[in-house]
Amino acid sequence: MLLTPEDITAIWLSLKVALTATLLSLPFGFATAWLLVFKTLRGKVVLEVLVNLPLTLPPVVIGYFLLLLLGKNGWLGKALAETGIQLIFTWKAAVIASAVVGFPLLVRSIRLGMESIDKQLIAASRTLGASWYDSLFTIILPLSLRGIVAGSSLMFARSLGEFGATIIVAGNMPGRTQTIPLAIYDYTSSPSSTAMALSLCMVSVVISVAVLLLHEMLGRKLDRSSAS
Amino acid sequence: MRLQLNLKKQFGSFFLKMDADISGERIGIFGDSGSGKSSIVNLVAGLLQPDKGEIFLDGEALFSSRDHLNISPEKRRIAIVLQQAMLFPHLSVKNNLLYGYRRCAEQHRKIKPDALIDLLKLEPLLHRGVNYLSGGEKQRVALGRAVLANPRLLLMDEPLSALDDQLRYQIIPYLRSVSEEFRIPYLFISHSVNEMQLMTEQILVVNGGALIEVTTPERLARNRMAQSQGGYLNLLHLADPVNQHGLFACRWGKNTLLVSTGANCSEKSLFELSSREIILFKKHPEAISARNLLECTVEEMFNSGGRIGVVLSADGEKLIAEIVQSAADELNITPGSPLFAAIKASSFRRLG
Repeated sequence: MLLTPEDITAIWLSLKVALTATLLSLPFGFATAWLLVFKTLRGKVVLEVLVNLPLTLPPVVIGYFLLLLLGKNGWLGKALAETGIQLIFTWKAAVIASAVVGFPLLVRSIRLGMESIDKQLIAASRTLGASWYDSLFTIILPLSLRGIVAGSSLMFARSLGEFGATIIVAGNMPGRTQTIPLAIYDYTSSPSSTAMALSLCMVSVVISVAVLLLHEMLGRKLDRSSAS
Repeated sequence: MRLQLNLKKQFGSFFLKMDADISGERIGIFGDSGSGKSSIVNLVAGLLQPDKGEIFLDGEALFSSRDHLNISPEKRRIAIVLQQAMLFPHLSVKNNLLYGYRRCAEQHRKIKPDALIDLLKLEPLLHRGVNYLSGGEKQRVALGRAVLANPRLLLMDEPLSALDDQLRYQIIPYLRSVSEEFRIPYLFISHSVNEMQLMTEQILVVNGGALIEVTTPERLARNRMAQSQGGYLNLLHLADPVNQHGLFACRWGKNTLLVSTGANCSEKSLFELSSREIILFKKHPEAISARNLLECTVEEMFNSGGRIGVVLSADGEKLIAEIVQSAADELNITPGSPLFAAIKASSFRRLG
């Protein structure tokens, strides 16, 4: 195993970006899934398309849009710059890129979990005196926990692999915005660094397997507690 | 309890139009599946909104399209028991039971958990997970959960339909005792005439989304005797059971009846007897296997879907037997004629 100090930073940064992106997206993902499953909205199709668009769009395109939006001349970038917040070419931009790209995966999983909840359970809770948000937190949330866990692990894993959008909005600065995939990309462009690239690949495999195992474990634990 | 409904609601091609003003504590809504019964439940509970109209409960508006008023379900204090128990799978039996109670305002908490748990015999189930309960146990917990929310009206939408016969008869006594003990008015929705007879005093008959008639269980049961699964149900209050060679001799008015299921009966218990379980004889049969032979007089006769209902009086107690037309002709039954009614001891079913 050959890991330079910059590789170690890239590993930590990848984990940090993926975790932040997932945690940041969770409340929004939950809310979006809830809207899509339980609410009759006008323009639901528009929301649906918008949420799923990052799944079909090339990540590079998403990155470019984000760059236009958050860059110096973008309307959001300008507003943020006035309050002294600089996002582009920082690790925060990588978080946003990962969040946007992974969001549909999160929403899809939570949605599947929510769709399996019998609507009559929610009706029952309402007639027992629970307001809609009471019912949301005491019935819908615990019963869609499986979907939330699945969606989070999926999104976390997807964020670890995020490349296209990240390289555009966050750049590829070793030690600052370089994540594992970007570092591997760097190594592969020089023929002498095969061993270095392979080492990082191994780290990727280990992290991915760990995420999958954690997901399985949490899923089993949830099954057990709901069966007792 | 007074419930006033005046509403319209369209579901795709189905149109529900209801205009009813009904008062009582034990009201039934009777109709075949697809008649709009369950929609009424959802509209009264606030889970669906009428397109137009009003819903009043005890003079208080729950919904009014004219005043743009729609009280949300959690504020209506109307609890539901559905065909499926719909227990919250992530909560224990105890937390299911207390779900509504905890959300009920202090001043409305008249029914206490301990009293209810006692009455429904839920103690042994309290710490079990809801997935380890049988169908009947689940329904008992669902009933308890609804009652503990201390509702001012209980809606029971086919609560017995998902249970097999045996379980159904285990649950009915609980349903009856809960309503008697805690005096919660209810709407009981079912397609079973027998359940209507057991659970209600007054019945709204609905069909095709409209109210057909307001009737009594007695009239409904007589009208539907031929089609109904168990015919007409005779409800008998039997008292003071005494064990006699494995059977129980009970007092029924001035008569004595032998029943096979009298074990651990209290002093006075309710039994049902289907009109189809009674065999009529013109003369005294010398020897029969049926353990009960009552000397009766025919009080009146009625026709129901080709069958003849014979209203008998046995020493002042009333009983309805069901026979076919040819049997009536052969026996030459007319009001006032004496008859013998034979009933097997195993034909009586205990209801509580």
